Amino acid sequence: MITIQGKGVSAGVGVGPLYFYRRATAEIKRYTVEDTDAEWHRFKGAQTGAIEQLGVLAEQARKEAGDEAAMLFETHQMMAEDLDFEEAIEDRIVNQKMNAEAAVSDTSEQFAEMFASMDDAYMQARAADVKDVSQRILGILCGIVQGGIASDVPVLLCADDLAPSETIQLDKSKVLGFITAGGSGSSHTAILARTLGIPAIVGMGDALKPELEGRAAIADGSTGALVIDPDDDTRDRLLKKRDEQLRLQRLLETLKGQANVTKDGKTIRIYCNIGSPEDVHAVQVNDGGGIGLFRSEFLYLNTTDYPTEDQQFEAYKQVLSDMDGKEVIIRTLDIGADKQIGYFDLPKEDNPAMGMRALRICLTRPEIFKTQLRALFRASAFGKLGIMFPMVTSVWEVREAKRMCEEVRRELKNEGIPYSEDVQIGIMIETPAAAINSDRLAKEVDFFSIGTNDLTQYTLACDRQNNDLGRFYDPHHPAVLRLIRLVTENAHKNGIWVGICGELGADLTLTETFLAFGVDELSVTPRSVLPLRNAVRMTDTRESSERILSDLDSDYTAR
Amino acid sequence: MKEFTYTIKEPVGIHARPAGMLAKEAKTCQSTVTIVDKNGKSVDATRLMALMGMGIKCGDTVTVKIEGADEDTAAPALEKFFNEHL
Repeated sequence: MITIQGKGVSAGVGVGPLYFYRRATAEIKRYTVEDTDAEWHRFKGAQTGAIEQLGVLAEQARKEAGDEAAMLFETHQMMAEDLDFEEAIEDRIVNQKMNAEAAVSDTSEQFAEMFASMDDAYMQARAADVKDVSQRILGILCGIVQGGIASDVPVLLCADDLAPSETIQLDKSKVLGFITAGGSGSSHTAILARTLGIPAIVGMGDALKPELEGRAAIADGSTGALVIDPDDDTRDRLLKKRDEQLRLQRLLETLKGQANVTKDGKTIRIYCNIGSPEDVHAVQVNDGGGIGLFRSEFLYLNTTDYPTEDQQFEAYKQVLSDMDGKEVIIRTLDIGADKQIGYFDLPKEDNPAMGMRALRICLTRPEIFKTQLRALFRASAFGKLGIMFPMVTSVWEVREAKRMCEEVRRELKNEGIPYSEDVQIGIMIETPAAAINSDRLAKEVDFFSIGTNDLTQYTLACDRQNNDLGRFYDPHHPAVLRLIRLVTENAHKNGIWVGICGELGADLTLTETFLAFGVDELSVTPRSVLPLRNAVRMTDTRESSERILSDLDSDYTAR
Repeated sequence: MKEFTYTIKEPVGIHARPAGMLAKEAKTCQSTVTIVDKNGKSVDATRLMALMGMGIKCGDTVTVKIEGADEDTAAPALEKFFNEHL
């Protein structure tokens, strides 16, 4: 028995033989052609074939992963029929008498090089697209069937890494799991595996040797362990785990469309955290009730200058209209600390987590803040919007931010631009100051959202980025939990609602605790919605609440 | 010949997807559609890779020239397309 440890990126247990992905690589032969006209037609035939294949893949991708994924193949299609690309090949075949394979290969290099030399990381990455398209045409010219799985039984598919076009055209019924030497949790393979519910392990490194082909193995996508030739005990244990997970998966499927209600009839809203408009798809698939945290930073991060009001408006509007009337809470700019952006020209700080960040930047540089607020209020006409401010410590900050909202509303009214009058204004509670002062802050806003990651960092004086703090960084610390309880009580005394949007919200060991506190909303990654719903539905607060609250009052001396 | 200038609003500039949409749109016109960037470099808008190769970014101003039989109808249609998608 051998165990190779990688990084589990899609949960589940897959049992079967290891199979290494066969890539359609063709040796490019070079020769001079006499009948250039016939050679040109041979290329045109392959080009047409490639365009047809890509059309089929685009439709398949649309069904499996949505329009965004389909667009990749449609762009490949347009590249395959691009006139410059075609003319460069024509020149090589007709004038230089090159054979079609050599002409495509050389032209591919030429265009890939053009993209690779551009000063924009996004465009540089397009070099891979050109090569992918050319490889497809070459494959047809050389008569190679695009990389399939030539096995009669389902397999654990191993590869160094898989390109989007490779994963999408696989016969998924033959794949028990994905195992790659490279890749990361956000790689295409990982995302696809999670969408399809297939276990996946990435980052296996050199240990994933092709000699392992055909060996019996078990892949555990939750721990990242690949066990080759497992002994009976290991096999039994992992098979049991697989059955348990399959049972849970089926259970979770049945929970779609169900209420988040405890056995004794208490309800809680389960919303999602997202980082870009594309994530809305995942919210819908996982049946999220709304969006509790839409991080607006993506607009500022992948660019070299401040995003304009119109650019922001379009992104917010898209999410609001896609969510179709469900609540969407957008957090205003939260940079500084671990998220730095060059063009903001923020002065270097010794301790940025306690420095100029988030709302502090917005109140210091009102022109940036106002652009965002205008975009937000304009978008409010297209759905149910809530706005929340991050990193609040004082009442005056909230008042100043609200004054700016008022100013923006007045401007829009004067300009005759529509906006909603029902936009809820809330704040993040992520500093001890805001938690302790939550009774006063509650009088200023419509809701609180507790950011547990920062609240833990500031309460325990433990840097989130410091991995060495180990047991000292304890998100279950009674000080943190007691602050959450205090904030919830203060919110309710003042008639406003309170949510949790940090990682703790998805921590199933705390679901009973949050229900006991009376938290109104939990906002979690889309994948956590159904497991959380399951935990809520298993809870009986008549049984658990009293015990949890009295434990918190008395029994924490040990910590 | 008709022409108009336009400042790109699309956050990532004319990258693959918007370039693809523009090339598709330009192909529907009988007229020749030419994009001229701020350095005076020009490309035929139906040529996807050349268009991407210009590396036009958000905030860049381009001139769009339309010349041909249907230029009177094609120009406003293209201007509308730019406003909606780029």
